[in-house]
Amino acid sequence: MYNPQLNTQGQLQHLLSIEGLPKRILNEILDTAENFVGVAEREVKKVPLLRGKTVCNIFFENSTRTRTTFEIAAKRLSADVLNLNVSTSSQSKGETILDTVNNLIAMHADIFVVRHQQSGAAHFIAQHVPPHISVINAGDGRHAHPTQGLLDVFTIRKYKPELHNLRVAIVGDVLHSRVARSEIHALTTLGVPEIRVIAPLTLLPTDVEKLGVQVFHNMEHGLKDVDVVMMLRLQNERMSGALLPSSQEFFQTFGLTPERLALARPDAIVMHPGPMNRGVEIDSAVADGRQSVILPQVTYGIAVRMAVMALLGGGNAA
Amino acid sequence: MTLPDPEDLLDALYAQLKPRVTAETALVGIYTGGVWLMEKLLARLRAELGYTIDSGKLDAAMYRDDYTRRGLKSAAQPAFIPFDVNGRHLILIDDIFYTGRTTRAVMNELFDYGRPAKIELAVLINRGGAQLPIRPDISGADLPLQAEQAFELSMNTQGRLQLRLTSAATESSGAARHV
Repeated sequence: MYNPQLNTQGQLQHLLSIEGLPKRILNEILDTAENFVGVAEREVKKVPLLRGKTVCNIFFENSTRTRTTFEIAAKRLSADVLNLNVSTSSQSKGETILDTVNNLIAMHADIFVVRHQQSGAAHFIAQHVPPHISVINAGDGRHAHPTQGLLDVFTIRKYKPELHNLRVAIVGDVLHSRVARSEIHALTTLGVPEIRVIAPLTLLPTDVEKLGVQVFHNMEHGLKDVDVVMMLRLQNERMSGALLPSSQEFFQTFGLTPERLALARPDAIVMHPGPMNRGVEIDSAVADGRQSVILPQVTYGIAVRMAVMALLGGGNAA
Repeated sequence: MTLPDPEDLLDALYAQLKPRVTAETALVGIYTGGVWLMEKLLARLRAELGYTIDSGKLDAAMYRDDYTRRGLKSAAQPAFIPFDVNGRHLILIDDIFYTGRTTRAVMNELFDYGRPAKIELAVLINRGGAQLPIRPDISGADLPLQAEQAFELSMNTQGRLQLRLTSAATESSGAARHV
């Protein structure tokens, strides 16, 4: 079957979504990322792999954190980095996506990192670039955020290496979350046997069970004996209509408090993709507590993004 | 060609290595074969000196000059340099010396950890064919080889080194690579 993410030799050509990527590729990215973790601890925090290459961050939707981590990852690989905030730029003057992209191709960019509010935007761009250019999806609508999914499983693997033995709970606004979709695909592909989603009915996509997850509407039941708690951000900016009574009420029912976390396994880890809404989906005592690995996620996110760009930017001659 | 026993070559290498080792010395093994050799050399040094000298491991996959042609070797091993390289005397340990490109990549990587006082290169076999102005300081043996041939070092389950001659085109993937 044709897979736009792989080249004819079966190697990664674009990273658009975790769905459809074989376990072999996911493990290749995660194993490669292990090599990059140490780079940040050295006197010179740089390796020369992407020297002479240009990475272009094209952000049609605002994001400071994701753009910054892609930028620092590209710079640690010695690439030149171009940041394009299209939401405040040419598109507001009427330029189409393809015109924007064609201009960047004419500037000899090698890797495009794309974020867009529309699902499928990165796929669309990948179909229109010449073969020497790779596209990385940095979040498209509600669809996918593959590097976040990868850095989450990388973090889990660091703390709980036996993935085939884990019980993982994903909590919160699954409906609007491209992060949740990417996490679920990454976890199932890597063989995590039990994935739970915990959310109110109004914040779950229809047929979410088809992704291979168990659904809970109650934190007390859903968190019982889990090894990993992955919190999601309540996406106020994507809410339309009355999906929730109020954020306070959400915290009452679905907020991660120390009491609720105590229902999970004593060595369970707590994750959050950021930015956190303290007091809405997570209590500060948990976010800053000993089980929290939220800041290591950020650090590992750079190594994982370096790995993806390093694998995409090299030659493919066998 | 009758191949020498690599354990004998290791004896010869150790005899030259030992007088060079001082309190400032650290060994850096180059994956995979160089790390096997380094572990064996460290054990002998420990037995004779009564203490363990610093050591590290490097792969230098991120510094190789063939990245744009061949991409990143996915089986790369994480670098492990658990000591401050500034001002140190480092001895790089590799199994086979050929083009010198691996040594260049390793030295570039080491300088991103700091500024060593001195770097030397110790190899089990120098097979000739350098493409850069880099040569081993000490070697277990100098055994010139045709370009289409390659030595392949492996370690059996008892931890004993084994040497084999292969044609470069059929290099097996399980053993140490020397480019």
